[in-house]
Amino acid sequence: MSNEPLLSVVDLGIATIQDPRTLVHDVSFHINSGEAVGVVGESGSGKTLSALSILGLLPRGVGVTNGEILFNGNDLLKLNSEDLRHIRGNEIAMIYQDPMTALNPVMKLGKQLLEVIASHDGIKANSENQVRDLLSEVGIPDVNRAMVSYAHEFSGGMRQRIMIAMALLLSPKLLIADEPTTALDVTIQQQILALVSDARKKRNMSMLWITHDLGVVANLVNRLNVMYAGRIVESGSVEEIFRMPKHPYTAGLLSSLPTSTGTNRERLTSISGVPEKPWLVGNSCGFAARCSRAQSRCHNEIPPSISTGESSVACFFPIGSYS
Amino acid sequence: MNFRRIMKYPGVSRTLSVLTTLFGISVFVFLVLRVIPGDSITGAFGIETGALSPQQIAELRVYYGIDQSLFMQYISWMQSFLSGKFGFAYSTGVSVATLTKSSLPVTIELAIIGTVLGVILGIAIGMFSAKKPGSTRDFAGQLFGLLALAIPGFVLSTGIVTIMANKFHYFPNGYEYMTPWENPWMNFQQMMFPGLVLGIAVAAPIMRTTRSALLETVDKDFVRTAHGKGVPNNTVQFRHILRNSLIPIVTMTGIQFGYLLGGAVIVEKIFALPGMGRQILDAIMKREYATVQSSIMIFAIMFVLINVATDIIYRKIDPRIKK
Repeated sequence: MSNEPLLSVVDLGIATIQDPRTLVHDVSFHINSGEAVGVVGESGSGKTLSALSILGLLPRGVGVTNGEILFNGNDLLKLNSEDLRHIRGNEIAMIYQDPMTALNPVMKLGKQLLEVIASHDGIKANSENQVRDLLSEVGIPDVNRAMVSYAHEFSGGMRQRIMIAMALLLSPKLLIADEPTTALDVTIQQQILALVSDARKKRNMSMLWITHDLGVVANLVNRLNVMYAGRIVESGSVEEIFRMPKHPYTAGLLSSLPTSTGTNRERLTSISGVPEKPWLVGNSCGFAARCSRAQSRCHNEIPPSISTGESSVACFFPIGSYS
Repeated sequence: MNFRRIMKYPGVSRTLSVLTTLFGISVFVFLVLRVIPGDSITGAFGIETGALSPQQIAELRVYYGIDQSLFMQYISWMQSFLSGKFGFAYSTGVSVATLTKSSLPVTIELAIIGTVLGVILGIAIGMFSAKKPGSTRDFAGQLFGLLALAIPGFVLSTGIVTIMANKFHYFPNGYEYMTPWENPWMNFQQMMFPGLVLGIAVAAPIMRTTRSALLETVDKDFVRTAHGKGVPNNTVQFRHILRNSLIPIVTMTGIQFGYLLGGAVIVEKIFALPGMGRQILDAIMKREYATVQSSIMIFAIMFVLINVATDIIYRKIDPRIKK
């Protein structure tokens, strides 16, 4: 295995096109072959936008302003639309947040699944069997019926299973999961997480998990990137971050996780204040206003990301330092 | 069996409401015709009516059947309408059914040509416009929509007739009308211009509906899914975006088709086509009550049928609409 990462995002910036507002500031992270990486952050921290930009699926009015997204050494941002199309669904596939709206409501599910094959390899004699096999792998009970059904005839959990089957059809090298369990019941969440995790291990796929729930990704990923107000504030291996978070925000996130040992009367800890809008942060640490460790420097300078080994933190006064 | 149970049978309440509507229209048309000044006698004799003796007028009133009470007139017309004769057209000496048998196909042919042209033109320009909202091409498309909506059919018709007949001495409608079975080439030439005028008129609202429906659909999650699967852009445009925008387009097409069946009066008159429009117009001039009433009832029935057809099409294109 080469040392070159499968995907590396370098200094990615995303902004609205009219009345430019920066939504993601110089985000960098990488995913090695066969590795699962998590991006954690609150709503509006830019994690979903960063994920969507990999496949060029940013919503209208939002665009990449700077940076590179290298996949197998090719900059995806520089590819023409036809070359990018060959990568979408084929080498990089994505599962989305809301399975209720992510499927075409007027197209039979079998057709939507076959469309993936048709768009890349072309339909062959065994294509339909390929789809059926995958549908049973993701746990669809009546595959034959599912093939001729429409999305509205299924529950959210089933629809997400179908989305997963769709993403796995061509055995992509990288699977991006954008909060695939947020819209689902808690009991279903665990099943879906296990399903994706198993499918990943079976295929030795690389994976990018986007989530706002640290608890969800803890067991699923090797490395974590914590995003806040459009920047990555801390990254490192899961063990390290859970054992000894360095950024005060990460520490706050971890302490607000409900514990299984506490009594049910216990109040959940929360970080006071509201997250800052990425384009309003300006020349300061985005977290300064909510941070108990903040000093005047934090309000007047952007803390650079300092790496030590595999981990990095963007904080002037990280936890565990003696400054 | 009680009333509520009966109403639950499929189609029963629908049929009842349709019959009520048709009854309402029949009463309305009947009364409106009696309210406008003049009657069958002045319609037939014009200013010479003044030269008729009171006894002649009394006899003519008996001849035209307008000596009866309004209620009896309505009943006798209804009897004739329901028997399929549609009443008697005094000036031609035949039943309205006989008149309609030759004029209705002309109107239907014209309406179909106008609608088909309008739908093709409207969807094409709508898609062209919606591709890049706010761009020059969008402006051009919207300008067409506005002009087509603003220029009345009679202006366009008289313009075409004037130019073709005066400058090019080409006016196929000057010859006797030919059905497509008698002389298809002549029929095509006679239908070409009025069809185009109506097509442009129909294209405008369909273009606007298409544009706004497409713009609404384009941001839906399933469109992003389709792009994320690597589906070629053209396929996404037609199979996913247009396909999911069809409901409002079908609604608008139904309305326009209905409108053409009844509203092509002036265009038919200008292009000397012996259709329903001309039949009604002539009958109004002559105060041929039965002809006007029956013709309008036929329009109303066709309008109702179009509505039923649109409902059936809705179910075909959107599986979420329950039977």
